[in-house]
Order: sequence, then structure tokens, then C-alpha cells
Amino acid sequence: MKAIYERPRALKDIVTHYCPGCTHGIAHRILAEVIDELGIQGNTVGVASVGCSVFAYNYIDVDFQQAAHGRAPAVATGIKRVLPDTIVFTYQGDGDLASIGAAEILHAAARGENITVIFINNAIYGMTGGQMAPTTLEGMRTTTTPLGRQPASQGYPLRVAELLSTVEGAAYIARCSLHNAANIAKAKASLKKAFETQVQKKGFSLVEFLSSCPTNWGLSPQEALKWIEEKMIPVFPLGEFKVKEGEAR
Amino acid sequence: MTHEIIMAGFGGQGIMLIGTLLTYAGMKEGKKVSWLPSYGPEMRGGTANCAVVVSDEEIASPIVTEPTSCIVMNGPSFAKFHKALVPGGLLVLNSSLVKVDDRRGDIRVLKIPANDVAREVGSEKVANMVCLGALVEATSCVALDSVIKALKEVIHERHHNLLPMNEEALKKGASLVRAGA
Amino acid sequence: MAEVVLMKGNEAIGEAAIRAGCRYFFGYPITPQNEIPEYMAKRLPEVGGVYVQAESEVAAINMVYGAGGAGARVLISSSSPGISLMQEGISYLCGSEIPCVIVNMMRGGPGLGGIQPSQSDYFQATKGGGHGDYKLIVYGPSSIQEMVDIMFRAFSVAEKYRNPVMILGDGMLGQMMEPVSFPDETPPPDPRSRPWATTGNRGGKSKLLSSIILDPEGLDAHNWRLQEKYRRVEEEEVMWDLENAEDAEWFLVAYGTMARVCRAAMTMARREGIKVGLLRPITLWPFPKQAFEAVLPRARGFLCVEMSTGQMVEDVKLSVEGKAPVYFYGRTGGAVPVPRAVLKRIRDMVSGKAPSITDYYDRVAGGEIK
Repeated sequence: MKAIYERPRALKDIVTHYCPGCTHGIAHRILAEVIDELGIQGNTVGVASVGCSVFAYNYIDVDFQQAAHGRAPAVATGIKRVLPDTIVFTYQGDGDLASIGAAEILHAAARGENITVIFINNAIYGMTGGQMAPTTLEGMRTTTTPLGRQPASQGYPLRVAELLSTVEGAAYIARCSLHNAANIAKAKASLKKAFETQVQKKGFSLVEFLSSCPTNWGLSPQEALKWIEEKMIPVFPLGEFKVKEGEAR
Repeated sequence: MTHEIIMAGFGGQGIMLIGTLLTYAGMKEGKKVSWLPSYGPEMRGGTANCAVVVSDEEIASPIVTEPTSCIVMNGPSFAKFHKALVPGGLLVLNSSLVKVDDRRGDIRVLKIPANDVAREVGSEKVANMVCLGALVEATSCVALDSVIKALKEVIHERHHNLLPMNEEALKKGASLVRAGA
Repeated sequence: MAEVVLMKGNEAIGEAAIRAGCRYFFGYPITPQNEIPEYMAKRLPEVGGVYVQAESEVAAINMVYGAGGAGARVLISSSSPGISLMQEGISYLCGSEIPCVIVNMMRGGPGLGGIQPSQSDYFQATKGGGHGDYKLIVYGPSSIQEMVDIMFRAFSVAEKYRNPVMILGDGMLGQMMEPVSFPDETPPPDPRSRPWATTGNRGGKSKLLSSIILDPEGLDAHNWRLQEKYRRVEEEEVMWDLENAEDAEWFLVAYGTMARVCRAAMTMARREGIKVGLLRPITLWPFPKQAFEAVLPRARGFLCVEMSTGQMVEDVKLSVEGKAPVYFYGRTGGAVPVPRAVLKRIRDMVSGKAPSITDYYDRVAGGEIK
């Protein structure tokens, strides 16, 4: 009998701690598939951040460093400068990357650091219990925006992919969604392209994944996926925002 | 013997350079030396001073609060340091720019018209060297020859065309002391 | 003997690190230590190393975390306000047991403070400036030559214990020039020679450098294991210097720049016939308690002199254990106590006129002591 679907080698055989319906698991799986397909499992170092994905190293079977909140791009910079031929990625949520780590991500991109960033945008702080994130939508209720996010006092959601695509050092920037099979396939293709950008030493690459948080959104898993499509994508349009052509640096 | 020397003037007069030069010369003679600059937020102008210790013994503190000799190249530095000198200490005064009289009476004052002498040598920029030449001659803290030899080590290569002028200024300062300035 | 050269303290620190096999430096400008990053920016590319100017001290210390965790020998330097920003990263480095060397050329605080020499970061360095039960191994050299020699030791100690090491200097040590010679060069280590470094699993078991342990039993065990390591450091790495200990009855206690000033004051006092010695801690953590035990039988008093309002003096009191009087003299904000002022305090101590530490603070507050 021929196996047509199996666990990627880079994904450990462990049940995750993620909530039912959370798309972190999907992001992990396509990350593991890309690592397998590129044959880089033995020569990759991941940087886990602070948030729900703090234990990413329990699931992805590569060497890992655990970074302080927001500092993963700086940690990845340190690793990559010592091991320029090793593949280095960070896995960060929206609070980690776009709020407390805004300086680190911006300057890693500006330096054209040859690393890959996996950015999980679910518009909320998951691990701490559903507080407002820098990507929380206007009017969206969280535990710290009980009346819904009011732009007058709480500002507007940050569009990270668009922002970073204006930075010269960024080589590949894309936004994808994990809400259905077709988009997951596109997301994996984008992620592979991001890692290939690094393999080809073209510079900084980032893929933003619109992701669900049914628990903190107060929705069922299926409603959450629908919510991504109906509410998030209009605010965070999908696509490739920057693709640097040409030779490696 | 321990020489505790303060050199002071405007930023740009080359105070740090003559301090470094003397320190380097002392090191090459096998003496114990230290050089401590004043530092502030300004990048240009202001007053600059450095403390140089040249000694036959291990140097305890690089900080000089009671100098045995002083080079003073501008008015504000005179006000700041002339009282600090130990009794019997030496004050090398740039009399081209500092028009004051010592009222202490217990120190030796060498009035050196450093800017005027330097202009004769070729450039007012070497007024610092005139003062250093005078100090070295008057204190014998190092040999003048050691300072001359140190010039090419301390001054950046791109300015090596100016070495002869600096050497002449040092010698001129020393000769003024010998002549009884 | 190697060639003797005249160098600024900050540049000598950089050169010493390179000769000790360091090839990575991450920094951010701040006075009075800018010559260190400037020197490294110029020298590291010449020896195949990497200099990165980070966007902040916060980022810089985390780059050190990444590079140190990848098995490299890494240096970072800053001055007081910048070191404050690094405290988070230092806590993580200690938790994840990643070696590195951190230089703090102290300036006056609190806040933005000033840019002149100070020793007011002693508590931050030796008692743990960040969160959690951790220790840095802290050296307080008092000359440029000693800074250079300690830099070599610092890297090997950091790697031996997998712990960050801090060299606590001050603006004066950084800015001054003294003749210095360098030990023989050590080649940089191969990151892959360190079994714990994250260099890619090469098909074997994946490695992890992390400081998160959510299980209370697990974190408790981790902390006690760290403590066991710190006890070993206390046993094996403590360093101090005693001068004139043979006949001294009165002891000055000072480190770094202040030890230089105290040495000058000691010479002046001995000329007056006062039997003064100098007890100079070289490791500030672990603090050299043993040195006090050795001199306590004949010590009539200790005068601790610092460029702070009194930080190390607490460790002096803990080491003396009430068996002799402990006095204090300090200046802050870049005002460096001069030898003559220290001499006056020595005379006061000997004649019984020195205020107790409590009185000292009252009299400073009352403007009586400057």
C-alpha cells in the first residue's frame, strides 16, 4: 500500500497544546512540510517567541532558541551572523512582532537580515487571555477593548506586510490566510518561497498568516474561519507585497 | 621622581596630542606613564585638558589634582589650574594668548609666546609643540629627543609631511627655556 | 614579554577581546564607551569577524543571546543607561545559560545622569539587575593592563560555567591611556565544538536553549542547579589583591578607579606613619569574603571608598560581620574622590573622628560633608 499522506519528518509526533480550531497547528504543519521539502531539517535553527507559540520547539524538530518577548528577530540576527549558511527562522505572533517587538522586526528587515519570519496574525493576544493586539480590528471586542476597539483612543490596526514591504532590505513579503484548503495551499507555497529567498541569500523574508483564535474570539472553530474570510481579509488583503528579483547579495 | 602634569587649553589647540606625545615618549624611555583626558559632551571648541603622569615608580592614581607642572594655553585654563600647582611647581604659560601675571610668587612661571613662535616656524597650529618643548626642557621629565622620536608614532601618517615643522617647534620651545625665558 | 603599546582603555578592551578569540560584537552608541564599538567596527572585519550596530541595547543583548547560543565567543559593551536596557536580556542569558562577556563603562545615574566616571551600578551588576535568582560573574579591574588580562579570563570563565560575565569599568578606565601588553592570541572557537550550541541538529537530537519551565518542580530544580553552579564559582573564581597587608591595621577597601586613588592615599598616609593597607576586590561577585577573614584578626577599621553613595560597603559589612568598624566615603556624579580627601578620612578613622555610616549619611544630607 502506498502512503499518500503522512506526518512530515520535521513535525514531532506530539499532541499540541493549542485550542481546538486554532490554526497554529496548520501553520506548524506547512512549516514542517517546507523544511522537509527543502531538506534543511539538520541545518536549521528556529527562534520561538512569547505567546501561544512559545512552545513551538516542542513540535518542530529542529534546533531552537527561545527568545524574550518581541526579541526573536534580534536573536535570529545573532544566530545568522555566526552561522550564515544555516537556515534561521522566527515564529512570532502579532503582539510579539507588531507591538513589543516592532523595533526589532523593522530593523531586521532594514538590515536585510537573511532570515525568514513566520508571522501569525490573529488580531488578539491569545496566551494572556484575549487582550487587544496591534492588529485588532476597529470595533473588535477584546478583554481590554470591552466596547470594541475605538480608533479615537485605541488607534488603528497595523498592516505589517504593507509596512515592511516599503523597506529596502526586505526581499520577500507576503500575506496569506489559513481559513480554507485553497488558501492553505497558497500559504505553503508562499512560505516555501520565503525560505528559498533565504537559501538564495536574497535577504529578509516574511510571511504573514491570517489565523484564527476561536477561544478568544468567542466563536466556534468554523465560525472563526468564516470570520477570517469576512472580517480580516478586507482589512488585511492577501497577496505578495514584495518580491525582490535578481541575484543574491 | 614623579611628574604630575596638566595640559590645558581650547579644544583644537592640540592639547590631547601633546599629552599623548609626552606619555608615549615616557613609555619608550621605560618609565611608568598614564594619560587621562577630560571629556565632555561637546565635539568641538570648549576647553580641553589632560593629565599626564610620568614616573619612575608604579602610578597609583592617574588623576592629577596637585600638578607639579602645567601647560596653560588659554585664559580660562589659567584661572582653573594655576592655583592647583604645588608650591615650587612649573607653569608654562602661552603668553601670546594669556595676558596675566602670576600673583602666587611660589611657582616658576615660564612665559612662552607660543603662538608667535609657532607662526615663525610655519603655523600657529604647532604652538602646542612650542609649549611642550619648553616643559620638557624645564622639567627633564623625559628627553626632548624621545619626544621628537615619538612624533612619527603618534601623528597620523597622512600628516607626516608636517613632522619637520613639529620638530622645529619643540626645539624652539626648549631653546627659549635654555635662553632663560 | 610581548610588545608594550600605549592604548586607550576602551580600545585595549576591544583588542583584548579579539585576541581572546572573540569575533562578534553587538552594540549601540553611548558615551563614555563609544571607542569600543568604533574599534570593533574597524578591527573585526579585518579578522573575519562581525560587528552589528543594533537598533537599541535591548536588541543588541538579544543578538548576543542568539550568537552566544549559536556557539560563538561574543562581546557587548555599553554604559549605565544602556546596561539598564539590557537587564531583560541578561536575565534570559543566565536562565538559558548562554556565555558572553558584557562590559559596563559606568557613568553617573540615576536616569540619564551624567557622562563622567561612576561606580553606582555595583548593586545592579552584583545583586541581579533583572528578574529572577541569577548571578553574573563580575570583575572590577583597576588598570588597563588588568582589563586586558581579565578579558582573556572572562571568556574562559563564561564558557566554563556557561554564564554571562560582566567587566565593570568606568568612564575613567575607558578614556585613559596606559602602556599595555597583550597575552598570546587565542583562536576563535568552532561553534560546532560546543555540544549545547544550536548549530543545526545534523540529523541528531534537536537542541534547545530556553529559560521557560512552566512546571513548578522543574523550575525549582533548575534554580537550585543554577545555585549549585554559583557556589562552585564562589569557590573557584574569587579574586582579590591585598597591599601592605603584612603590617596594616587600617584597611581601605576599593575597586577599579577608586582603588587607584586609594593606593595614592595609602602612600600618603604611610608617610605619616599610619599603617594602612588596601584590600582590593577584583571579583565583585563572587565577593572576596576570604580576604577579610585573613586580615580581621588585626584590623582596627575598614574604610570603603566608592564613586557611589555606598553600595559595595554593604558587602564589606557582611564580610566584616561586625568584628571591626566599617566606615564609608563616597562621591557621585563624576566627582572622583581625590587622594587628599581619602587621606583626611583615613586620619579621621584613626583618630576616632570618622562618623559611623549612619551619621555619615545624615551629615552628607545636612551639607556638613562634601
